[in-house]
Amino acid sequence: MSLHLLKLGLKGTDDEPRFFPQPGELKSHYDVVIIGGGGHGLACAYYLARDHGIRNVAVLEQGYLGGGNTGRNTTIVRSNYLTPEGVRFYDASLRLFQDLSEDLDINLFYSTRGHYTLAHSDDAMRTMRWRAEVNRHQGVESHVVDRDYVTQAIPGLDPDCGGSQPVMGALYHAPGAVARHDAVAWGYGRAAAARGVELHQKTRVTGIQQSGGRVRGVTTDRGTIECDSVISMVAGSTPIITDMVGLPTPIEIFPLQACVTEPVKPFLNTIVVSGSLHLYLSQSSRGELVMGAAVDPFVLHSTRSTFGFVEGLADNIVDLMPFTSRLRVVRQWAGMSDLTPDFAPIMGTTPLSGFYLDAGWGTWGFKATPISGKTMAETVATGRNHELIEPFRYSRFRDFELVGEKGAASVGH
Amino acid sequence: MKIIDCPVIGPRPAAEFTYGGAVGAPPVEDPTPDQLAEHVFYRAGAPGVLREWWYHRPTGRWFVLERNTATNDILRTVEPEEVAYAIPML
Ligand SMILES: Cc1cc2nc3c(=O)[nH]c(=O)nc-3n(C[C@H](O)[C@H](O)[C@H](O)COP(=O)(O)OP(=O)(O)OC[C@H]3O[C@@H](n4cnc5c(N)ncnc54)[C@H](O)[C@@H]3O)c2cc1C
Repeated sequence: MSLHLLKLGLKGTDDEPRFFPQPGELKSHYDVVIIGGGGHGLACAYYLARDHGIRNVAVLEQGYLGGGNTGRNTTIVRSNYLTPEGVRFYDASLRLFQDLSEDLDINLFYSTRGHYTLAHSDDAMRTMRWRAEVNRHQGVESHVVDRDYVTQAIPGLDPDCGGSQPVMGALYHAPGAVARHDAVAWGYGRAAAARGVELHQKTRVTGIQQSGGRVRGVTTDRGTIECDSVISMVAGSTPIITDMVGLPTPIEIFPLQACVTEPVKPFLNTIVVSGSLHLYLSQSSRGELVMGAAVDPFVLHSTRSTFGFVEGLADNIVDLMPFTSRLRVVRQWAGMSDLTPDFAPIMGTTPLSGFYLDAGWGTWGFKATPISGKTMAETVATGRNHELIEPFRYSRFRDFELVGEKGAASVGH
Repeated sequence: MKIIDCPVIGPRPAAEFTYGGAVGAPPVEDPTPDQLAEHVFYRAGAPGVLREWWYHRPTGRWFVLERNTATNDILRTVEPEEVAYAIPML
């Protein structure tokens, strides 16, 4: 035990510096107000201050920092998407992640594991070949591997899956990784606050003022603020915010659940996804199996957990990895996913001047935290969509230019 | 909501049902591109009471429920006549 720790034990922690400074009252005016203190909001605040010198920024969070989907996700970072637009965007994010720990001076436990998406049918094999081609064309390392390779690479796997849906092969994506989600939010938050950004927790936005086609300010449960720009980065609460400014969206909210088992010895050093069995898993640095599935089957604005989710998942995981029948599930939880029809986000400028949207992150937005913060910051600083996010623009549904990512995002997040 | 009151054979486990999404207005004839995009993609996404299609697989019937999407309470079964306007005329 270090001496410092002993001292703290005796003296208490009152005199220690706080991780985040306590902000005082809300100011009457900010250049930029960010709604939502999740990873995206905090990353955007950081890049606004660091790259664009925009420091008169407030992040307003109705609960606590990182308490939304940022603190609920299963932390998979990958770029093996299906469209060139998607692959380029997520690959840029993955590259930022790789040296983010040094950048933010916090250990993000970023761990490159490799990522297998199993195929149990000819159709699925075709999608894997398609993804591998698109990925490699964009310089991203993905290969199709056969059944024997998969069987050797994934310990404990029954390649016949109990006989019902034998594994035929997989898409292997070497850069696939996991990271510590809370630390991403905390690291960005601390670095933003150090550059003058104010982080206001327990501050809920209840209305948005506009006049003459421009955003003028926001109303909160702690008073009213004037501002030049508002960025909505609220994931599962997006439709509530867009209704405040009368912007229609295609977003619907579905719960997404996950669970972990009791910790066991490290045995699984890779991430495994099976679309056909509706499940994915990885082993955390604590030894727990982190497991999840696709979203719940109907719209719901709630973070309740269900027994049906664990039951369905267990039914499939014991086929894929029979020894897991001996493990106990110790924790389960849910987040609210803001799904779009094409499984791609909605980002950038909107018809309302000064109002920016970063939403539609559904089940896949944790990996995008760095690049979404960076590109949204530049978009707000210049008033024009960053080129990486132009394909995800608000108007793409009216332009009939969707970015179809369902084949790469519906079960593997 | 673990039990759904099926209008055909009474209360059944929710797992027997398939979700069909919100009941929408019928598509207009000769839509503009904007009207078409609205019809195909745009949705009322905020929490509130929605009228939704649900399908009971064992009995093979579709019907419409009013459900609060914040609390997950089912308010009532909607009579077919009330939603008939939503069925496109062929
Ligand atoms: C179970 C689960 C597993 C997932 N797994 C993965 C994965 O493996 N990989 C991956 O890339 N993604 C994954 N995701 C998706 C990912 O978690 C999200 O897309 C991402 O975290 C969104 O980040 P955010 O900062 O935009 O939103 P959030 O972290 O949800 O932050 C939004 C914040 O806005 C606040 N807010 C809302 N309304 C208001 C208001 N009116 N005023 C003030 N504040 C408000 C909320 O309190 C919240 O803290 C998963 C999600 C879930 C639920």
